[in-house]
Amino acid sequence: MRLRKMAAVLAAGVLFSGAASAEELALVAGSIGKDISELRMQLDAFEKESGHTVKIVEMPASTTDQFGQYRLWLSAGNQDVDVYRTDVIWAPQLASSFVDLSGPLAEEAKKQNPSVIQSQTVDGKLVAFPMYTDAPALYYRTDLLEKYGKEPPKTWKELTDTAKEIQDKEREAGNSQMNGFVFQGAPYEGLTCDGLEWIASNGGGQIVSPEGDITINNPKAAEAIEMAKGWVGTIAPEGVLSYKEEESRGVWQTGNAVFMRNWPYAYALSNGDDSAVKGKFDVAPLPAGEGGKSAACLGGWNLAVSKYSQHQEAAIALVKFLGSEKAQKERAMNTARLPTVPELYDDPDIAKAQPIVAAWGEVVENAVPRPSAPTKKQYNEVSKEFWTAVNETLSGRGSAADNLDKLEKRLRRLKRSAWE
Amino acid sequence: MANVQAGVPPTEKALEAERAGARPRSDLSRQRLRSAWLFLAPMLLVLALVAGWPLLKTIWFSLTNASLSNLEGADFVGLRNYWEYVDYGDGEGEYFGLLFDPQWWNAVWNTVYYSVISVAIETVLGLVFALVLNAEFKGRAFVRAAVLIPWAIPTIVSAKMWAWMMNDQFGILNDMLMAIGIISSPIAWTADPDTAMWAVIIVDVWKTTPFMALLILAGLQMVPGDVYEAAKIDGIHPVKVFFKVTLPLIRPAILVAVIFRALDALRVFDLIYVLTPNNTQTKSMSVFAQENLFQFDKFAYGSAASTLLFLVIAFITLFYIKVARLDLGGRGS
Repeated sequence: MRLRKMAAVLAAGVLFSGAASAEELALVAGSIGKDISELRMQLDAFEKESGHTVKIVEMPASTTDQFGQYRLWLSAGNQDVDVYRTDVIWAPQLASSFVDLSGPLAEEAKKQNPSVIQSQTVDGKLVAFPMYTDAPALYYRTDLLEKYGKEPPKTWKELTDTAKEIQDKEREAGNSQMNGFVFQGAPYEGLTCDGLEWIASNGGGQIVSPEGDITINNPKAAEAIEMAKGWVGTIAPEGVLSYKEEESRGVWQTGNAVFMRNWPYAYALSNGDDSAVKGKFDVAPLPAGEGGKSAACLGGWNLAVSKYSQHQEAAIALVKFLGSEKAQKERAMNTARLPTVPELYDDPDIAKAQPIVAAWGEVVENAVPRPSAPTKKQYNEVSKEFWTAVNETLSGRGSAADNLDKLEKRLRRLKRSAWE
Repeated sequence: MANVQAGVPPTEKALEAERAGARPRSDLSRQRLRSAWLFLAPMLLVLALVAGWPLLKTIWFSLTNASLSNLEGADFVGLRNYWEYVDYGDGEGEYFGLLFDPQWWNAVWNTVYYSVISVAIETVLGLVFALVLNAEFKGRAFVRAAVLIPWAIPTIVSAKMWAWMMNDQFGILNDMLMAIGIISSPIAWTADPDTAMWAVIIVDVWKTTPFMALLILAGLQMVPGDVYEAAKIDGIHPVKVFFKVTLPLIRPAILVAVIFRALDALRVFDLIYVLTPNNTQTKSMSVFAQENLFQFDKFAYGSAASTLLFLVIAFITLFYIKVARLDLGGRGS
């Protein structure tokens, strides 16, 4: 009897250790551009190195869609997903569902940009580890600007004029599909970024100040949104009101836009062999309002380990691998995703492969964060109210001043005495 | 009363007494009642588990301050999610809660508007389709099957498919309309506030007309052929036959089809969520509830919206049944 019991314990031990050394992990990430195939490559390397296997659960590109699904899974204690790729704005809202990484990844965190680590830390808990950061660029067609003797615009006014002139002349020349400017105008998180950039670069503040005061209802902000409203139907197609990143890139990369506002991932793709604008474009920091300063919305994606995961140790190892300097460098070189390790901006290999990355160190440094920290768990609703007000103004339902006035009232109702 | 004996089938009188609420006396009717309950029990149990319990739970959550991260520890807060007056002092104050939320009422309006228009169009088109499919012609079986394809495609897929077809730059719809010269510049179907709701309605009509056609066709096949023969012999005009014979006879089928469709339409979620996400012009009650439940960490508020959604649908359905029945009764006499 004893022998048999011992054998059973032994067998169980062998089985268990076998399971512990080669675990099956699942990582969930939104799919945009070449992100998934790039991720797969890195995961293959991780699998070889660690012996674990990692499956990718692919999600839609819209961060808003992803968030709803993740919240549902996490609140149901889903054990099927171990690692979540999280947006920079989610940390305060999902903090309670993720493992604290500040202990296990303390060494690695020191190499990262402290402000990014800060943005992912909630009450001393490192909710997610940075994978890459994001700060948008103004893409412009060098061939068209040269043809009409124009300089890359420094202000929105210049952009409007240049875009109008080139678009009209190109259309006269028979290029009827040409548009002046494409951006992200659909009602979703991306429009909060675009809108924040217009407003912040015009001296209109950041919707909600870092102290939590609602600052959105001001003439500078209204002026910026009125300006953007003037683009729809003139230099931007009407459909821009339903464009997200990939729709705008679709118009741009088929050669049908003079300017585009987009994240650096589009740089690598626009230089791909199937791109109609390959070698015919360059990037510049976003324009500013009159007397304002260019403002880039701070984006970026991070990796978080679910506290419901059955393989937390392996999952943390995976996060460490994907957030490492080596993986970030690879990602920067292949897909122009901006690293969160500051040294990589001086890396000569990256500068050669993706010049935008080397040039973007300063833009990242000065990027404007969305008000996700001061508005805490209510950020998503604040953001929705903001993008709704902007989208309604752009589509011609009410003036910017009226809609911002309404927005302020709604935000005040949301906040009541304090954000929670 | 003594005339009711065991083993004898219940008489009209006994049944009437039963209907009137008198206690059934006979063993048989008691036995029948018992077996009826016995047969119904599994269904009632399943219904209570999958429909009743979640509904009660939702109503309960709507009376608490629950959030997704803290469902168990939710505290009862009364009707605060529906109706709350916050006093700022000095006679100033503000109403909060779902009943004072213009975005909720906007969602209710959108849903009702969408339901009425889409179900009306689908009913008329479905009737036309059913009449065509009911006629004898070569390849009828094939056409009947082919018509069902839009209904067989999952809504998510058809919504995404139509989103591409309606794309302003690459969409085939704009391309076709421009080629035949109906429009001169591309329309941004899903983005333009004037067309967004119509884009949703077009896709819904495309998708669910086959369903209506199928239900009405079933009704049409119940109409006996000799009625038409008699009308033909009497030399009555086919249009008159349709309005005086066909329509009254398939009326019950149409009423049932409409109620099925209306219930579905009032709960619409996936089509709008995929085709025109976050658009205030098309946001339905279900989308509003989902948004609050999962996006905004306002689980209790979202539950309140779900509860009101249930009540709104229940009210509309009861109203419809009542109106339809009254009409039917009047027709008989």
